[in-house]
Amino acid sequence: MATSPANGLPRWDADPILIVEHLFMRFGGLIAVNDLSFKVGRGDITALIGPNGAGKTTVFNCITGFYKPSEGRLILAHGRAPTPGEIAEVTRIGERSLVGRNAGVFLLERMPDYRVSGEAKVARTFQNIRLFTGMTVLENLMVAQHNALMAASGYSLKGLFGLPGWTKAQKAATAKAEYWLDKVGLTDRADDPAGDLPYGAQRRLEIARAMCSEPILLCLDEPAAGLNPRESLELNTLLRAIRAEHGTSILLIEHDMSVVMEISDHVVVLDYGTKISDGTPQAVKNDPRVIAAYLGVDEDAVEEVEAELQLDTNPTGAGA
Amino acid sequence: MAVQTAETAPPAAANPVLGPAFKDALIVGLIALGLFGPLIGFETVIIDGALGLAYRPSLLAIMVGIIFFGRLLLNLTLWSPNRKPSTHTGPTLFDRAGTVMGPGVKPALLAFAVLFPAIAIFSLGGLNESRYLIDLGILILTYVMLGWGLNIVVGLAGLLDLGYVAFYAVGAYTYALLATSAPINDFFAGLFGATFWANWAFWICLPMAGIFAGVWGMILGFPVLRLRGDYLAIVTLAFGEIIRLVLINWVDFTNGGAGIASIPRATFFGIPFNAGPDGFAALFGLPFSPMHRIIFLYFVILALALLTAFVTVRLRRLPVGRAWEALREDEIACRSLGINTTTTKLSAFATGAMFGGFAGCFFAVRAGFVSPESFTFDVSAMILAIVVLGGMGSQIGVAVAAAVMMGGMEMLRNLGFLKQVFGNDFDPSLYRMLIFGFAMVAIMVWKPRGLVSTRDPTIFLKERKAVSGDLVKEGHG
Ligand SMILES: Nc1ncnc2c1ncn2[C@@H]1O[C@H](COP(=O)(O)OP(=O)(O)OP(=O)(O)O)[C@@H](O)[C@H]1O
Ligand SMILES: [Mg+2]
Repeated sequence: MATSPANGLPRWDADPILIVEHLFMRFGGLIAVNDLSFKVGRGDITALIGPNGAGKTTVFNCITGFYKPSEGRLILAHGRAPTPGEIAEVTRIGERSLVGRNAGVFLLERMPDYRVSGEAKVARTFQNIRLFTGMTVLENLMVAQHNALMAASGYSLKGLFGLPGWTKAQKAATAKAEYWLDKVGLTDRADDPAGDLPYGAQRRLEIARAMCSEPILLCLDEPAAGLNPRESLELNTLLRAIRAEHGTSILLIEHDMSVVMEISDHVVVLDYGTKISDGTPQAVKNDPRVIAAYLGVDEDAVEEVEAELQLDTNPTGAGA
Repeated sequence: MAVQTAETAPPAAANPVLGPAFKDALIVGLIALGLFGPLIGFETVIIDGALGLAYRPSLLAIMVGIIFFGRLLLNLTLWSPNRKPSTHTGPTLFDRAGTVMGPGVKPALLAFAVLFPAIAIFSLGGLNESRYLIDLGILILTYVMLGWGLNIVVGLAGLLDLGYVAFYAVGAYTYALLATSAPINDFFAGLFGATFWANWAFWICLPMAGIFAGVWGMILGFPVLRLRGDYLAIVTLAFGEIIRLVLINWVDFTNGGAGIASIPRATFFGIPFNAGPDGFAALFGLPFSPMHRIIFLYFVILALALLTAFVTVRLRRLPVGRAWEALREDEIACRSLGINTTTTKLSAFATGAMFGGFAGCFFAVRAGFVSPESFTFDVSAMILAIVVLGGMGSQIGVAVAAAVMMGGMEMLRNLGFLKQVFGNDFDPSLYRMLIFGFAMVAIMVWKPRGLVSTRDPTIFLKERKAVSGDLVKEGHG
């Protein structure tokens, strides 16, 4: 799954959709993200894990434009992997993006949050759910299609007079919303206020809402938090379906190891803002640094374990 | 401690109510005495050109008495520990009345508004006798329109705007300045005849006033809208005052505090309301009456208000309207969905300002005179109170609130009976605002989310269900 047979490279190296390079994020004296580099493969489910306060949400906020990174480059590639020449070119000319016919390179650190979503097509969910609670479930999904509908309504002029082009677009948008309602099993609750839904349903609605904006990369901040085991299983199925049927790449933060090991193709481990491991779930699971970080063993002990296992500190050597 | 004992004790009969209630009322009465003593007990008077003090013990006694007995009454009834707390949430009587009468309310109110001049004329027995009522109707409709306009900004987009009166002023002055401008008059006189501009100025300036106010909304909105919450409120308040101060001080342009008089009156689409041979009355074969113009103005403001409502209802169902409401619910989530919050806020600000501009233009043509005095903060506060009282985001609630507030304010002018309580030199009109304030507080306690607290969804799959007000957010900025 994770390796492309052609050249033996893991997919995140062969065809990355997102390349994070030397990302730093400082809050005053606190360095929340410290020289982080990793790649997200196109069509992969990538998990970003790490203990509490490791800086995972901060990385998400940098990718989606909510924070401006202190340093670093965030490259998002539409269509195919960008060539080093293209990346150098867009960096040099000082534009936000370089878009060709079948491919595009976006420098996310140069884009404000709404453009990351609207133009670069990166959608996200939040660790503490952010639904429009006073609006109905269906309305939440309609708001997610704002940019497409805005253009179809002639920036409100066509819509004000109810011209046919607008009516058709509205019907299509409703159909898409219905499709996603069906996918997340909320069709019966379509006309209820989003704030009335139980917690698990709110989490699924937030994913459906993000998907209604037609992203190529979906960033999920702890989607399984607070879900019971059955809901957690359903979530795995949903994420796999999203990847299989829509080709959307998924980057997720998760604490629940069973979920991570079950569905991800690639795992990146963060501790104190630094990457300590990067590779397939199997490789990461056996990485002594990861074990140490999760069990809270101190550094000396890690070195001992490493010596015993005679392992490289970075088993796959990916990233950088 | 007192609360705890009240909670743990069995509810009936166990609590001695009278003693503590009396004690509490006594303490409050003493506090009132201390506060009112200097404030009400003394009065400064001029005796032989020198400042002296007079005493008003009876008024002081009445005030303290009201507080003491009021508190005692509340302690024994509403605040009594033996009283079971009412845990009534969800739709209130007004909401339920709304759902029961639901589809009938709006057409009924509309029919009443359309027939109002006829009802006034017949019930009061004549054109001239109905003038007071129809004037009141015009006033109420002006505030309904202003309320609906501000509702877009505050109720839908959740942006607290305390300077809405600025756009009302821009609209009024746009019409006043353009209509009285000699060069424009001369220009049109050369083209279409001497009376063209006087007869058509209102109809030409009305859209311009709206557009102008809308543009001003954007100009003011641009620097302001990156602020949130309290800061936004304070800066919009300041902008409202700045516009008024500019109108006062830029004497060359606006004629300062003296205002602009002899603004051309409204015409029946070019036909003036006068007694001459080309006037409205002569052309339609009616005996001349100044009331024709007033009734016509009533229908103009009714049409403008309905236009506001129509556009708002339409916009709510468009992506831009949904984005406004989403912005009120959660701005960060909006940005994560690709919504440009700056332009969305600006569009709400400009749309609201535009309707304020229309209303301002109407104000100028109705009064025939504008001065900065008409655009004080009071007006902004009044419009905002109407929106909050009506239930933010609700069209019908705002209309009812405007009628209640403006009608109520008028009724409070006739407080003659208070003279019988407080003596003949008591001026009841001074207490209008006090009573008004009490009423507002009472309503906010009783219905904190306004008269209509539910939200009507803009789209539905199977069934239109109202969203409970508890879930709807007020917005943060
Ligand atoms: N806006 C901010 N200002 C200052 N410090 C911040 C800010 N955001 C995050 N931090 C700090 O950065 C560090 C990383 O926080 P972050 O929320 O990214 O952790 P996390 O990995 O998502 O943790 P969790 O698993 O608990 O969600 C924390 O020490 C946090 O206090
Ligand atoms: Mg986090």
